[in-house]
Amino acid sequence: MTETRRTTSGHEGLAFEEPLSFEIGSPDKTAVDLPRLPDGMRRHADETLGGLRRQGPVGLTGLSEPEVVRHYLRLSQKNFSIDSGFYPLGSCTMKHNPRLNEKLARMPGLGDLHPLQPVATVQGALELMDLVAHWLKTLTGMPAVALSPGAGAHGELVGLMTIRGALEARGDARRRILVPESAHGTNPATAVACGYTVEAIPANARGRVDLKALKAALSDDVAGVMVTNPNTCGLFETDVMEIAAAVHAVGAFFYCDGANFNSIVGRVRPGDLGIDCMHINLHKTFSTPHGGGGPGSGPVVLSAALAPFAPLPWVVHGPDGFMLAEHADDTGGDPVGRVKGFHGQFGMFIRALGYMMSMGADGLHQASADAVLNANYLLARLKDVMTASFDGPCMHEVLFDDRFLKNTGVSTLDFAKALLDEGFHPMTVYFPLVVHGAMLIEPTESESKETLDSFIATMRALAERAGKGDVDFFHEAPRLTPRRRLDETKAARSPVLRWRPPAVDQAAE
Amino acid sequence: MRYLPLTEADRRSMLAAIGVRSVDELFVDVPAAARLDGPLALPAHADEMSVEQAFRRLAAKNLSPAAAPFFLGGGIYRHHVPASLDHLIQRGEFLTAYTPYQPEVAQGTLQALFEFQTQVALLTDMEVANASMYDGATACAEAVMMGARVTRRNRVILSGALHPHYRDVSRTYGRFLGLDIVSLPAAWTGVEDLAGQLDKSTACVVVQTPDFFGHLHDFTALADACHAAGALLVVVFSEAVSLGLLKPPGAMGADIVAGEGQSFGNGLSFGGPTVGLFAVRERLIRQMPGRLAGQTTDVDGRRGFVLTLSTREQHIRREKATSNICTNSGLCALAFTIHLTLLGEKGLTGLAELNHAWAVATANRLAAVDGAEVVNRSYFNEFTVRLAKPAAEVVDRMAGRGVLGGIPVSRLIPDDPALAPLMLVAATELTSDGDIAALADALAEALR
Repeated sequence: MTETRRTTSGHEGLAFEEPLSFEIGSPDKTAVDLPRLPDGMRRHADETLGGLRRQGPVGLTGLSEPEVVRHYLRLSQKNFSIDSGFYPLGSCTMKHNPRLNEKLARMPGLGDLHPLQPVATVQGALELMDLVAHWLKTLTGMPAVALSPGAGAHGELVGLMTIRGALEARGDARRRILVPESAHGTNPATAVACGYTVEAIPANARGRVDLKALKAALSDDVAGVMVTNPNTCGLFETDVMEIAAAVHAVGAFFYCDGANFNSIVGRVRPGDLGIDCMHINLHKTFSTPHGGGGPGSGPVVLSAALAPFAPLPWVVHGPDGFMLAEHADDTGGDPVGRVKGFHGQFGMFIRALGYMMSMGADGLHQASADAVLNANYLLARLKDVMTASFDGPCMHEVLFDDRFLKNTGVSTLDFAKALLDEGFHPMTVYFPLVVHGAMLIEPTESESKETLDSFIATMRALAERAGKGDVDFFHEAPRLTPRRRLDETKAARSPVLRWRPPAVDQAAE
Repeated sequence: MRYLPLTEADRRSMLAAIGVRSVDELFVDVPAAARLDGPLALPAHADEMSVEQAFRRLAAKNLSPAAAPFFLGGGIYRHHVPASLDHLIQRGEFLTAYTPYQPEVAQGTLQALFEFQTQVALLTDMEVANASMYDGATACAEAVMMGARVTRRNRVILSGALHPHYRDVSRTYGRFLGLDIVSLPAAWTGVEDLAGQLDKSTACVVVQTPDFFGHLHDFTALADACHAAGALLVVVFSEAVSLGLLKPPGAMGADIVAGEGQSFGNGLSFGGPTVGLFAVRERLIRQMPGRLAGQTTDVDGRRGFVLTLSTREQHIRREKATSNICTNSGLCALAFTIHLTLLGEKGLTGLAELNHAWAVATANRLAAVDGAEVVNRSYFNEFTVRLAKPAAEVVDRMAGRGVLGGIPVSRLIPDDPALAPLMLVAATELTSDGDIAALADALAEALR
C-alpha cells in the first residue's frame, strides 16, 4: 500500500500491522460459546418484548477467541506504557502500578459486590471505604472526604459545588472564581460547569501566583480561588498560607488542586496550609492504573465548613455497623446532591488502599522525598544544556522552556518526537502556558538512578544535536515508532470517527 | 520498600550532584510551620502477604454474589466476563499507559477507542459516539447540559421512569447551571404523558428504555413531538445488553443517546468504575462532550488514529469547553470493546436472548408466588414485582436466608408509600433454575 513498506506482509519482525476488528471478522464467528436456551423458553419470549424486537443485524463482526486475543495483544504492543519504559509526563504522575492491587480488586467478596445489596451484606466494603477515607483524611489533615467523584476534574467540580452549596446556605450569592495561570487547564472549565465566571490571575517572575494581583482581585463577589499546589511549574506556592488568609478574609473559599499531591504526601498536610477543599487523583498519587485514560478516581477532602455539603452517598458509623446515607435526609447535613451513580470508583479505592497499606506512613514519606529528589537530580544534570524556567529547587517535576532551542529550527514538539525514537515517553509539552515551549518533566519515585542517567545522557545528546543545527533529524522524528507523525489537521477537518462498511463508503462517494 | 528503586548510596550521590546535604533542603519552599517532622500516625509499610490477608478479612465480611442466588440489577448487572478479556486488559501496555497524548506510541489505545466508538454507534444506531464518560449517570447529566447548550433553552423534562441516580445527577449538575429541571413522578406502571410536558422553553426530554422499572418503550412518536417543539430527545439505557435484542434509540429518532456500558466486560465492583456511553447525530458532533478518537494518516501515508476535535475540550478551550471531563473510562471502554468483539454479532444476539429468556422464566415463577405480582407487560432482563409487604423488609429477610433476591424501589426512591411494595428483579445468563427455585422459596417465606 505504501512505498515505505519493507516486507511483503507489512509486518516488520515483531512489529505487527493490525487492521480493525471489523476488517478481519465474519458475523458467523464468535469467541463466546453460550449455554443453550432452556427448552420452551423462546416460545413465550416475544410476548414480553412489546413488539420492539430489533430489526436487522447490529453490524458487528465476529472472531474466534485466538483471533481476538491476537488482535488486542498486537494492539497493546503499539502502546508506550509505564511497564515498558520511562514515562515522565509532567503533572500526570506516571508511577509504577503494583500488580498486587489488581489481584486485590478481583478478590471474590470485593470485586464482585453489587452496590445495592443490603448493607448488612457489604459491611466489609463499607469498612474499606471508611479506611480509605481515614488514610486520606490523615494524610491531608482534613476532617472530611467525599469519595464519589469519578476523576480529578470531577473532583474539582464537586469541590466547587460544595463551595457554592456553603455560600448559598448562608444566602451569599457570589459569582466569580479566581484561577491562576499556573493552575491546571481543567480548572476554568470546571468553574464554568459550576455556574461561575472565571478570572485569571497572572504568575509572577518566580512562577508563583502573583499575590498582589490576587489580593487586588479579591472581593466579596469572589466565591473561591483555585490554586494548584505544588503548581504546574513544579514549584511550591511559597505564599500559600498568606493566600489562604487573604481568601478567607473576604469570606471566600480556598480550593486546592491536588493533582500534584505526590510531591508532599506524608510530609506536608494541605489542611495545615489553610485550604478548604482539595481533590486527590488516586490514579496519580496512589498508583491506580491510568488505563489509557481512565478510569480515575478523584476523592475531595473537605474542611469542617464544607463537609455538610459533601455529595451523596456518605458512609456513616451506625449502632449496628456501617451505614450508607444515600439520601439527604439520612445525612444530617445539606449535601449538594448526587454526582455519580452508586458509591464512587470502589475498584480504585481497593487499589489505592492496597498501595497505601503497602507503602505505609514511612514509605509514603520516602516516596515523596524520592520523587522530589529525582526531579531535582534531572534539573541539576540538565540545566547547563537546557533552559530551566525557574531557579530550583523544584518539587516533583521540573519545568524547562524552549530558550535553549532558540534559532536552532527545532521546536519543543520536534524535541519530544526525537525522544520517542530513543525509547522514552516525552515529557508534557506546551504546558503550563506561563512559559514558551514548555517541557514539564515528572520522573516520579518509581525510577532508578540508572534510568535517570540514561535519560539525562539522551537529553544532553539531543540538546547538543539541536545546537549543532541538525534540523532534519528532528523534523523527521519519530522514525522508529509504530506510526510516524500523524496528520491531526486532516483528522479534525474531515472527521472520521468510526468504521463504516466499504459498500457504504462507496455509496457516499 | 519494594516499589522504590533508589538505594541510600544513590540518594547520597544524587544529593551531591544537586549540591545539597539533605532532601529536606529541597523542601525549603514549604513554610516551616507546615512541614511535618516525621511520618504520620498511620501503619508502617507492609509486605504483600499481610496486605492480602487484610483484604481477605474485609472480603469475608461481605456476601459475595457468587455465593448466593442473585437477582440484583437496578442499573448495574452481573454478567459473565470471559477469561481472555481480563487477561487482555491486564496487559501492561494497556493498563499502565496514559491518555494518548503522543499518538505515535499510543496506536493501541487509539485504535481500540476507534473500535469502541464504532461499536457504540452500531449498538445505539447513532452516527457518532465519543470515547466514553465516567458512567451512565454522568453521561445522562452531560446529555442534559448538551441539550440545553444546543437548543439554548433552559427547561429539561426527566421521565419518572428514569433511573433515580441518573435523575439525581442531572438535577445536581443542572442546579449549578441554573437549568429548570422538571422530573416527573415515578412512573412505575410504565405509562406517563411526556409529550404533554413540551413547551417552547423545553431544551430536551430525557427518557429511558428499558426503563428503571423494566418497561420497554418505543419513543418514535415522542421524538416527533420533541422535534416539532424544537426540543431534543435524549434516550437513556442502563442495560446495554438489551440493545442486542431491542429496537435501538437511533431507530426511534433520538438526538442524543446516553447509557451505561458496564454490562459488557466490566464487573460489578460495588458500583464503579463503569463506563458511560454517549452517542449523537452527526450534526451535533462539535457540541459533544468528552474525548474522540479519529482516523488520519501519518507522514508515510499509513492509516493511524489520533485524539481529535480537541478544540471542544477543556485543555484547549479552558473556560469555553463543552465539558470539564478529561480522564474518562479508558480501560473500562477497552473491556467493553473486547467483550463485544469476543461476542460478535452472533454472540451478542444469543446473549441478549438468553438474558430475556431467564427473565421470563423468573417472572413466570414469581407470578405463582402468593403475595407477589409481576407489574410489567414488557421487559428485557429486569422487571418490577409488587409485593403484599414492604419490599425493603422482604429483601432483608431474603438476604438473611442468603438469597440476594432483588432491590426495593424504596431504597432509591424513598418517601413514596405507593412504591414501598415494589421490588426490582433482574436475571442474566448467570441465572439458573436452582437460583429461581431458591428465590421463589425465599420470597414465599418472607411474604408469609
